[in-house]
Parts: sequence; structure tokens; C-alpha cells
Amino acid sequence: MKEIFLWVIFPYITVTIMIFGLLYRFAYRQLTWAAPSTEFFEKKWLRIGSPLFHWGIVLAFIGHIMGMVIPRGFYLWLGIPDWLYHVGAIYGGGIAGLMVVAGLIILFIRKMVIDKVRIHATFADFFTIIALLVVAGMGAYMTIIYNTTVNEYEYRTTIGPWFRSLFYFQPKYELMASVPTLFKVHILAAFALFASIPFTRLVHFYSIPVNYPSRAPQQYRSRAQYQK
Amino acid sequence: MRIKSQVAMVMHLDKCIGCHTCSVTCKNTWTNRPGTEYMWFNNVETRPGTGYPKRWEDREYFKGGWVLKNGKLQLKAGGPISKLMNIFYNPDMANLEDYYEPWTYDYLNLIDSPSVENLPVARPQSMITGEYIDKPEWGPNWDDDLAGGSDVVSQDPTVEKLQEHISMEYEKTFMMYLPRICEHCLNPSCVASCPSGALYKRDEDGIVLVDQEECRGWRFCMSGCPYHKVYYNWNTHKAEKCNFCYPRTEAGLPTICSETCVGRIRYIGVVLYDADKVKAAASVEDPKDLYESQLDVFLDPFDPEVIKEAKKAGINDEWIEGAQNSPVYKMAMKWKIALPLHPEYRTLPMVWYVPPLSPIMNHITNEDELSTDGYIPAVDQMRIPVEYLASILSAGDTGVIRKVLLKLTAMRVHMRGKTVGGVDGFRQSELLKQADTTPEELEDMARLLGVAKYNERFVIPTGRREMDDNLYYAQGACSLEDIAPPEGMVTYPFFGKGE
Repeated sequence: MKEIFLWVIFPYITVTIMIFGLLYRFAYRQLTWAAPSTEFFEKKWLRIGSPLFHWGIVLAFIGHIMGMVIPRGFYLWLGIPDWLYHVGAIYGGGIAGLMVVAGLIILFIRKMVIDKVRIHATFADFFTIIALLVVAGMGAYMTIIYNTTVNEYEYRTTIGPWFRSLFYFQPKYELMASVPTLFKVHILAAFALFASIPFTRLVHFYSIPVNYPSRAPQQYRSRAQYQK
Repeated sequence: MRIKSQVAMVMHLDKCIGCHTCSVTCKNTWTNRPGTEYMWFNNVETRPGTGYPKRWEDREYFKGGWVLKNGKLQLKAGGPISKLMNIFYNPDMANLEDYYEPWTYDYLNLIDSPSVENLPVARPQSMITGEYIDKPEWGPNWDDDLAGGSDVVSQDPTVEKLQEHISMEYEKTFMMYLPRICEHCLNPSCVASCPSGALYKRDEDGIVLVDQEECRGWRFCMSGCPYHKVYYNWNTHKAEKCNFCYPRTEAGLPTICSETCVGRIRYIGVVLYDADKVKAAASVEDPKDLYESQLDVFLDPFDPEVIKEAKKAGINDEWIEGAQNSPVYKMAMKWKIALPLHPEYRTLPMVWYVPPLSPIMNHITNEDELSTDGYIPAVDQMRIPVEYLASILSAGDTGVIRKVLLKLTAMRVHMRGKTVGGVDGFRQSELLKQADTTPEELEDMARLLGVAKYNERFVIPTGRREMDDNLYYAQGACSLEDIAPPEGMVTYPFFGKGE
């Protein structure tokens, strides 16, 4: 029962909160939808912390797709043996994890130390940065230390298939029974973080301006059209 | 031909007395909310000086506007791809230090103070952090009227460019006021810099606006605008800018800065232009040709062909008539006495400036006996160096400035002659020839520059409300309803950021 709650109900509940929260905010709180930058108040530390964190997240995101979404069989079909995959995962994931954690620590200290930034930070801002630090810290620890000292855990045979099964609504929760506790906590914390996205500054993840390079540089809008 | 209409402004710098009434009324109208304290959609800076924000003209640092690279027009800070690579940190953005930290005073202490030996004081208090500031070191118009002295003047990027000349003549100080609002450019680089496409130019009147709902706070417009006239509201995390008081202009009223201008230096009117020509006009090789190429974009509102095309493009009679009576068309396009601010930024700005005549260096003492042509060398010895005006208003082309100054001088000489006599042979004079004008034109100019009444200075056709879906609802409603954040206060659902 506990297994069903943790690996079936909880993920679906959190993702549902995220989706409906995002729809609500998009529809009714459009004026709050932004990347709430504090660069205007402080540039020196942001210059190091922000790119380090964000590019680290981009790398980590790609890494999670490689580990969770792409099945192990595909790597074997490509002729990449397990040991080679794990060497890549430890180095690539390790660098990404260090970037994220280092960036977050800089941003966190900045948020606490710089008066102008701290005074205008909301509870949601602190919640976000601490939650990210917890999730990313565990992820980096798992990749860099746990995988090299305790046990090189093959998550592609348990967590991967379970994660994919969530998408076609046949969750294979039984696969999660054997997963080490650290990995379990990382996953649950991440899903909890997803649920908080609509209520925090993290919404800006959903407004990456991907169509900017392809649009016309000058934008004209007619007043009459705008009102429609 | 793709005809569009544009509401534009001319400022006659000779008449600006630097009273900042425009700035204050603008601030009281638009930027008196939390998050906007530091913003001045309209500001008046003393030149030479660093301006607002400090050193905004230093394009090597802020990288605003456009450049021509291999014959192609590009954003100076880089195109969309390089913007996306820098989206986590904008290296070119001006921050609070480049503007100033807004403050108020602890007035309550004056009231609440117990009986004390020394007079209680109201200490300055930051409007960003709420903490006391012991010593404000920079503020709005800190260097007003050259009060920053030679320390500040030498930091003026324009002075730096002309260093030798100005530093040699500095004993003979000069100064002028430069009121600035958003230029509502024909080729706005802020619009092209916006990753979310939230900035746009309105079809009807060319006013550049920020869609507050679409803005995601990426801040590239701030550094993309070479005039630094797009601001970041740190409270709503969205960009805000001068909106040419569109709720007023739509009703046929001048902007609040123009309405309240004490010196009556501002003129507002409509011009018609060909949107298809804009890119080519902004892409001419030599920056000194940009002024002329910009003039080529505008269309003669009396030309029957233009009128026909304009009607086809949906511009109604009222607007065409407005363009025909437009003071801006007369001053900037017909008489060519108003010049664009920094045409070398290649944005084709639409706020035009009539350069100031200034005291003459070798004071003319014998004006009674001075012959008409005696004024020509006087123009070349104006106290404000022609080079300085040229580097602000004509991309360094002193010929353009000289011609405008000659024309303005000729107007003075002619009108003086008409009133008090003593000017002989004006029609045949070298002054008139060099100024390339006629006494009739000069009289028209004198009328518009000197005595024009409210409805001659502001020819603003009303916004076209007939296209509104729901006129019944719009009746008596605020034009900003549902668009502007209510009093700048935004609340987050659940994790509230209350007042």
C-alpha cells in the first residue's frame, strides 16, 4: 500500500498540481509570470552563480533524459557497454551536479547577504532555492560519491522503466522496491519540487523563448487586433 | 509602399529652461509606484554631463542599438542566438548603481520626535531597502546645471570623444538642457531585443509599448535600447517604458510632459512613413548619411499618390489631415531644423530636437551697426561647440548643425529687422543664401517657434475607437484597464507578496 502511494499516487498528484497550477497561473496570474531577476540589484555574484547553476541544470536535464527516458537496451544496441555508460554518467553527471550545487550555494549566499536582494526575496524564493539545493545535493552526492564508493547502482533497470511507465499510465511500482533509500528520497523530493513550480519563480522554465530566433525582429500590433 | 502613421515629437531646445516640470508630471502620472521609483520616463539632463543612467551614451559598454556588420544591420549586443546563450546573465545591463538608489526622508521623525535640544532631522531612507542612507552619493539630476563640475563633465562620453577641443576651451564653459523621453523609433532595437516578443510598435500611431502579460523579465530591452529608456520594474519583474501617454493622445490630448511644459518647447504631430524603406534607411554605410536617409523614409502628406495609398492602408481622413498640419512634419522634414538624437544608433528615432542657439563667444557689442552677414561668423563662434551638438544630433556632421543654426539666426535677424528695422538687403544677403531659405519660410518658422498656440503646437488626431468591439464598455473606462498592473502591486497565489 505504501509502495502504491509513493510510486503511483504521489507522482501523479504532484504532477497534477503542477499542471493545474500552471494553467491557473497562466490564465489568471499572467502578470506574475516572469523570470524574477535580481540582476538589477546585484551583478557581481550573479554573474558567476546564475550561469553556473543554469547551465548545470541544462546538463543535468539532458543527463536525466539519457538515464531515465532512454532505455538500457538502446545503449546496448548502440554498442555502449554498461561500464562505459557509467563512466560517462559519473563524469558528465558529476560535472553537472557540481555546477548546479556550486551555483546554488553562490546564489543562496547572495540571497542572504546582499541586502537589496534579501529584502525583496519572498518565502517562495527561499523555499525554491533550498528545495533545489536538497534535490540537487542528493543527486550530486549519488553520482559522485555513492556511485563510486558504495555501489554503482544500475538505475536503468529499475527507476528508468518505472519512470517511463508513469507516462503510459501502467506504473510498475514493484520495480521501486529494491531501489536504495537515497535514490528514493531524491525522486520523491524532486516530485514535491515539481508540485511547487506553479507557485514559485520556477515557472520561468516554461517560458524559454525558443521561437525568438525565428521570429521577425520588428513586431507590429494593431490596437484593434490586440483587443481580440 | 507600406504606409504607416507615427505620432512624433519635436523639442525646441532653445526654449528649455531646465525646470524639470515635464519629469515631475510624468513621474506623478506613471512612475510613482513601488518598483518604479528610480524610473524617469522623461528626464532632463544637463549637457555636457553623464546623463541618466550614468554614461548611457557609452555604447562600447552597454552595447545598445544597431551596428552595420558586413553590410548587414545587426543588434550591437548580438542576435537572438547570442542572446539566448546569455539569457541567464545579461552582461550589458545597467543596474541600480548606474541609475541611482531612490530615497525618501524619514519625515515621521520630525513629527514624532520628543522635545530635544537639537532640531530633529529627517534622515534619508532608501526606497529599496528601507534602511537609512548616511550620505546619498548620486541621485536624479545630481549634476544639474554642471554642478558636478569638471569631474562629472569629463565623464560625458561625448566629451571624451571630443576631448581635446572641449578641455582646451573649458574656461569658456557652456551648457544646455536635453529633455529625453522614449524615442518611439521606426527601427526600435528594444523590440528586436525582446526574446518573448512582448515589445511591439503599434500600427496606428507607432507608439512602442511593452505587453505586461507577455513580458517575462529577460531584460534585454534595457540594454538593447541605446537611449536606456526601457526600465526594469524590480517589483513586478517586468519592463516598463514611456508610452507616449497613449491614453491621452488617443483622446487627442498631448502627452503630460508636453501639456505641462513651461517653456512650451514641445510639439506633437503625425507623420506618414513607408515601413518598407525603414530597414534600408537604417543600413546606409556612413553614419553621417543616416539623417538624410531617415528623412527619405517620410512621405509628403500632400502628395495625392500618398493620400491614396494611405487611405488604402486604412489611415482615415482625420489622420491624413493631421499629417498635413503636423508641426513635426514642418520642423523636421520641411524646414529641416529639427534633428534626431544620435542617428548613428540606427534606430531612426522619432523625437526630434531643434538645436539651441547659444551666446556668442566673442560677444557682439556693436549689434546696432552689425551688417546682416556679420552674423555668419557669429554662428561659428557659438558658445556651445558645433562639434558637441553634432556628436549628439547628427552623428558628427557639423555641416548639418551649422545649417540649422544659420537658419535660426537668419530667422532672428529677419524678425528683428521687421520689428525694429535696420537690416538692409536681407533678401540678397549671404546669410539667407547660406541658410538656404526664404523670408517667407522664416516668418512661418518664427510663428511656429515663437507664438504658436496650443492647437498649432499639438496636432493630434484622436485614436480610432470605431474599431473597438465594445464601445459601450469602453465609455468612461480606463484605457489601461486589464493591461497595467494595479498600482504596481502583484500578489503571488499562495506565496503572497502583499503590500
